[in-house]
Amino acid sequence: MLVAAAFAGSLAFIVILALYLRSKPILDTKPLSELLLNSSWLPSQGSFGLYPAILSTLYVTAIAMMIAVPLSILSAIYLAEYAKESLRRRVLPLVDLLAGIPPVVYGVWGVLTIVPFVAYIAPVVGSLGIPAAGAGRYSTGFSLLAGGIVLAIMVFPVIISITVQVFRSVPFEVREASLSMGATQWQTVKHALMRVALPGIAAAVILGFSRALGETMAVLMVVGNVFIVPSSVFDPAYPLPALIANNYGEMMSIPLYDSALLLAALILLLIILMFTLAARLILIRIERRVTVG
Amino acid sequence: MDRLLEERLFKVLMLSSLTMVVGSLFAVVAVVVLNGAPALTPSMLTQTPKGGYYLGKEGGILNAIIGSIYLAFGSVLLALLISIPAALSLQRDYIKKTKVAYSIRLSLDVLWGTPSIVYGAFGFTVMLYLGMRASLLGGIIVLTLLQIPIMIRAIDETVKLVPAELKETSYALGTTRFETTFKIVIIQVLPGIATAVLLAFGRSIGDAASILFTAGYTDNIPGSLLDPAASLPLAIFFQLGTPFPEVQQRAYASALVLLVIVLVVSVASRALGQRFSKHILR
Repeated sequence: MLVAAAFAGSLAFIVILALYLRSKPILDTKPLSELLLNSSWLPSQGSFGLYPAILSTLYVTAIAMMIAVPLSILSAIYLAEYAKESLRRRVLPLVDLLAGIPPVVYGVWGVLTIVPFVAYIAPVVGSLGIPAAGAGRYSTGFSLLAGGIVLAIMVFPVIISITVQVFRSVPFEVREASLSMGATQWQTVKHALMRVALPGIAAAVILGFSRALGETMAVLMVVGNVFIVPSSVFDPAYPLPALIANNYGEMMSIPLYDSALLLAALILLLIILMFTLAARLILIRIERRVTVG
Repeated sequence: MDRLLEERLFKVLMLSSLTMVVGSLFAVVAVVVLNGAPALTPSMLTQTPKGGYYLGKEGGILNAIIGSIYLAFGSVLLALLISIPAALSLQRDYIKKTKVAYSIRLSLDVLWGTPSIVYGAFGFTVMLYLGMRASLLGGIIVLTLLQIPIMIRAIDETVKLVPAELKETSYALGTTRFETTFKIVIIQVLPGIATAVLLAFGRSIGDAASILFTAGYTDNIPGSLLDPAASLPLAIFFQLGTPFPEVQQRAYASALVLLVIVLVVSVASRALGQRFSKHILR
């Protein structure tokens, strides 16, 4: 039993160690700064610049968060503070259901609806002259924006379910105190509850962010996979997970190729572990507060 | 701003957000059903791909359905073998230092966030090192790794809820730690295990990124653990990637099959969780 627990507890370290050992060959031959900041990805010529992929990952995640964070938090506040028990009990399982849908299905859905939608709006929005939303190239719809929208929907359940729990964990006295001073319900949420719930909301957002950062298949299917530094949300992109998924397994003939891809995996993992760790520590604090207070 | 106006404004904003969130669930299900249902023929579910299937000729995705079921069942079983003892040993009875249990829990929670593509890359690396080819076994092992944190933490949460008095009563009757754990505690934990199993099953049957390199893909039904195995998510992915509309139609149909499996499992986990709880003392 203890062996099983020890194995499970050290799994994270095993994975990190293995990835590190395998990405060491490329770290030994090239400075990390070159790998991270160079934007030419020509494995056959020994050039492994991950910059466009890192940027693509950040962009697509940022778009997803811009859509998901306000929608999820507003929904969560409604569910936690406004909705009747019966509505809450009906909607929360639906949110869980959303979390259970496989990424590939989201990908199919994205290809069927979001991609044509983006292709349709790209010329219209592109002509408005909004920065970072120009349509310089012809957009097929397979783009950062499509990836961002699909990701946003995948992130909803993560942020909503945690935020609802965080709000429910705020002691009832806080609400009573605020309401008895004549505050409206929204004022109570904004001034009293938010103050208590903010770290928890931050944790929810961080967990959603990490989920989005590592999501592979759904994004891969709608984001276009062109290795460029995207300049508009209508441009295709090539995030790190997609890069690994598309190229790993067939890179054995080119020296250092697998090492470069595993370095990409390691970077991804370390970033996500850092964020998740921070979020978890916040949530553990909140849990303690609830059990103690 | 007038505070009552603000109240109303935000209420409208919140309601419309919630509508959009719930609406997106229905949109996903509706689009997949509407596009998948017309292409879903009996032969798709009962045949393996024949020659030229990916060009639009005869055949079905039975290889992927069976492959996915093998992968999911195999990995759930293996994960259970590790997770049940691991979760039970997180009790105070076994790990005396709360700090140790705390750090194991924390590391599992953090591991939960690891993207499946990283597991896939890790698994493939290890398999290369061991000289294994992409196979059913490889896929099962990687999916097991993916499930361990989910399962242990889900079971652990219910183990934590077992009343200390119950265990003390059992100890007072002269039972050993082992007997108490596997005869008393485990019954209290059954619903937790059932939920964990279904949660992990749903996650593993839908995951593609982790088995992309480790399970391989084949048009045949795997005959042994060392054969490569097809899977539904990858079948969807590959069929969608072909330039032929007929084959893409089949991708939609396959997505519908996968969606139905996942939704059934998800609903079942809820129902089962309530059913098993009749033996629980609270």
